[in-house]
Amino acid sequence: MPVKTEAVGKEWPTTTYEVGKEKIGEYARAVGIDNPVHFDRGAAVEAGFRDVVAPPMFCVVYSAPALGPAMFDPEVGMNFAAMVHGGQEFEWSEPACSGDEITTTAKCLEIYEKDGKGFYVFETVSTNQDGAEVVRGTWTNIVRGV
Amino acid sequence: MADLEQGAKIPELSVTPDKYLPHRYAGASGDFNPIHIDPEFAKNVGLPNSILHGLYMMGLTARAATEAAGGDPRALKRLSVQFRGMGAPETEIVVSGEVKEVGDGTATIDVVAAQGENQTIRNAEAEVAL
Repeated sequence: MPVKTEAVGKEWPTTTYEVGKEKIGEYARAVGIDNPVHFDRGAAVEAGFRDVVAPPMFCVVYSAPALGPAMFDPEVGMNFAAMVHGGQEFEWSEPACSGDEITTTAKCLEIYEKDGKGFYVFETVSTNQDGAEVVRGTWTNIVRGV
Repeated sequence: MADLEQGAKIPELSVTPDKYLPHRYAGASGDFNPIHIDPEFAKNVGLPNSILHGLYMMGLTARAATEAAGGDPRALKRLSVQFRGMGAPETEIVVSGEVKEVGDGTATIDVVAAQGENQTIRNAEAEVAL
């Protein structure tokens, strides 16, 4: 069965996430990062940040919620039982700090079939309260046996 | 800060996530997919056991690249990975890397995360500011 491609180019509603100091600390501890700029306001400000700064990969916390409706959209039609997260790319710009309000939009970039597998590629773009881009993510899901 | 010349190896990062790490990562990240936190569920869908979050291992990859560049979170400009093998809790993960290219104020590092022979993250490329 060929993959459906009518969702290519589709965009989903924006999500908003307010970054919090303790949430940053919780993430940093989970991945074992002990740099004080992720825990201590004074250390972060001294290092030139507005406030406690998130580790780069904290971006999954604020950008993934925008992707949920895209992945579950029947127009995309992904078979979750046979799906794996195949690849991921992030490109960072402005750091995300405690107190930032980050909005993220998700878009379907590509859907194609290769070697009997379906490739579903989505992009998320996250910007902060000043309109500055924070991170751009490319999420590749692979579905076996399409 | 590691000496990021072309061909240089970055310092290896070695982490052994304990049994409950996937629960803590689920809470930290918001990803409560039961394949990561419920061994019974994981086995019912054909997995050998509950598996690590791929994005947790990507988080370790980001940490290794950032530490190699001096530790400032602004240093990591881009990270691209492919998830291949499944990661298991209570097993050592080693993140290693080699500088592929240096130029224009940035270094590009090829990175791999592995548990023994099992490369859970491969073809990863990190771009860091020098």
